Amino acid sequence: MERWPSINGLMAEFDNPTSLVEATNRAFREGYRRMDAYTPFPVDGLAEALGFNRTRVPLIVLLGGLVGCFGGFFLQYYISVIYWPINVGGRPFNSWPAFIPVTFELTVLCAALAAFFGMLALNGLPKPHHPVFNVPRFELASRDRFFLCIEAADPKFNPVETRRFLESLEAREVSDVED
Amino acid sequence: MLEERERTMAEETRSDVSSIDTTKLPVIGPGHTFASITDKISSIVLTQKTPKGWFLGLAFSFFLVMVLSGAVALLLVMGVGIWGVNIPVGWGFAIVNFVWWIGIGHAGTLISAILLLLNQRWRTSINRFAEAMTIFAVMCAGMFPLLHLGRPWMFYWLFPYPNTMNVQPQFRSPLVWDVFAVSTYFTVSLLFWFVGLIPDLATLRDRARNLWGRVIYGMLAMGWRGSARHWHRYEIAYLLLAGLATPLVVSVHTVVSFDFTIAILPGWRSTIFPPYFVAGAIFSGFAMVLTLAIPLRRFYGLEDFITTRHLDNMAKVMLATGLIVAYGYLMEFFMAWRSGNKFEWYMTMNRLRGPYWPVYWSVMLCNVLLPQLLWSRRVRRSTLALFLLALVINTGMWLERYLIVVVSLSRDFMPSAWGMYRGTVWDYATFIGTLGFFVFMMLLFIRFLPAISIFEMRTLLPEAGVKEATKEGAGWKDGHPSTA
Repeated sequence: MERWPSINGLMAEFDNPTSLVEATNRAFREGYRRMDAYTPFPVDGLAEALGFNRTRVPLIVLLGGLVGCFGGFFLQYYISVIYWPINVGGRPFNSWPAFIPVTFELTVLCAALAAFFGMLALNGLPKPHHPVFNVPRFELASRDRFFLCIEAADPKFNPVETRRFLESLEAREVSDVED
Repeated sequence: MLEERERTMAEETRSDVSSIDTTKLPVIGPGHTFASITDKISSIVLTQKTPKGWFLGLAFSFFLVMVLSGAVALLLVMGVGIWGVNIPVGWGFAIVNFVWWIGIGHAGTLISAILLLLNQRWRTSINRFAEAMTIFAVMCAGMFPLLHLGRPWMFYWLFPYPNTMNVQPQFRSPLVWDVFAVSTYFTVSLLFWFVGLIPDLATLRDRARNLWGRVIYGMLAMGWRGSARHWHRYEIAYLLLAGLATPLVVSVHTVVSFDFTIAILPGWRSTIFPPYFVAGAIFSGFAMVLTLAIPLRRFYGLEDFITTRHLDNMAKVMLATGLIVAYGYLMEFFMAWRSGNKFEWYMTMNRLRGPYWPVYWSVMLCNVLLPQLLWSRRVRRSTLALFLLALVINTGMWLERYLIVVVSLSRDFMPSAWGMYRGTVWDYATFIGTLGFFVFMMLLFIRFLPAISIFEMRTLLPEAGVKEATKEGAGWKDGHPSTA
């Protein structure tokens, strides 16, 4: 970014997902790594083409579920056995089978909250502004166009060379992403 | 393109309806592109002139919301005595309505979560408003137990929190389980719905032409830009939420049925209740989805998206769950006889011939007899017949809950403790008020948010798929994502 202070990157526009995945594969083979693709719906194989195929979302959800499960059971155990033990029809204070429904509900609740907030946090959302929004045609990324953006921060980035490369991919249009 | 579309449609009309193989019917009308799907669905929110019928509906449902407010205000001032509840029937309309509304909500979760996991792609055009239906139905459901508390402003006593009274909830009680089940269900449904909305809110943000639209949708979309990395995490999170919602929906209605089965009352203490309640919930929920979908597709011209195939499939689900419910009725009857328990047998005969016999026989008519019409393909393909049947089933399922709650309570073991129950005008006002509230919220939802998932509809088009040959290099090894 220090070398090319005027722009944030270059963005190529495609009109179908297959061209975009092909272009992304070529860019990856060409050695570009700091790039991202933008599509109006999840495109099969695109994240893999970017070399991104691991995410910690499942792990976060698992941890959320475990917290809900053990926390939920402990809550009931603590209240029924330690904090406020009360004899109901001679049943044991730790009536664990009766604690399962609430434990289950709290497991699901915490796992779902973890999935929601974990996904947003890993995606860096909410993020009201991002340089890609400076490209006027980018509003079509939520309609029917597919974009590949190579960032100026990529070590291989060169405003002239990269633009020539993107144009060789049969993009409909290549535009500068202003900072 | 247009000619081709007209030709296909003409062919469809020419060929005999009954000769079409259901599985070959399209889930989306012909001739659509990514752009046309986006424009058509977002135009309902952004550009189309709001139809007069919408304003009329909103005005009428708002009137009913005012009726609800009046009934609730009076209840808060006077207490639950304005309702018909008393000993022995302490659970009147409030619990009937609670179970009915929460059951309606379950179809939304079934469509959005379970059908997603089963890879039923036809669900795509109906899941968004079915989820909205879930949320509003659970809101209506939640009102009743709270109002039934007697002092609703003390509702937070239901939750465990450190308090100066040193009193805590009794975790061995299904009524406490209910608090956790319903509040979890509401939260998870809301999260699931909102996650599904994020990309569509971004679409609305980019397409809104006035400042308010851009600002409000922009804030709600939270800066979503459709990055491939974001989509990757998004899809995993969405799938996991679906996986969590699936056992949740079963557990919620199971816990609701525990409210009854844990008691020793004849007609309540039965092991068949959990599956039979869940099936009944889905049965009535699909009836409500049809009640909403049929007018929606007609008034907004969405026949391309909510096709005959959708109606047909929903009718089949209704038929299947209706049969499970009918089996439940049969087993209840059989077990009452087979158990040799005279109280159980008396309760069964009391349902058939006692003072509430019209309720019992209406339930049989609405939930068992009339739904058999759905075996006919002609009925499943006729919007009018389906709409009427959906209304019949909704009524029948409300009456079924009335039968379970009221008839069992009104006559338990000792004749000296028997008593009759009937709802008062305030019971009816509260119930009709929640119906108005539900319609009011649905109308606002249809007007201000995309009622059909735009991004998922785009994926239904053939051009949304990526050719297999391009899946090489980079993150791919031998046609599979490499985990390096």
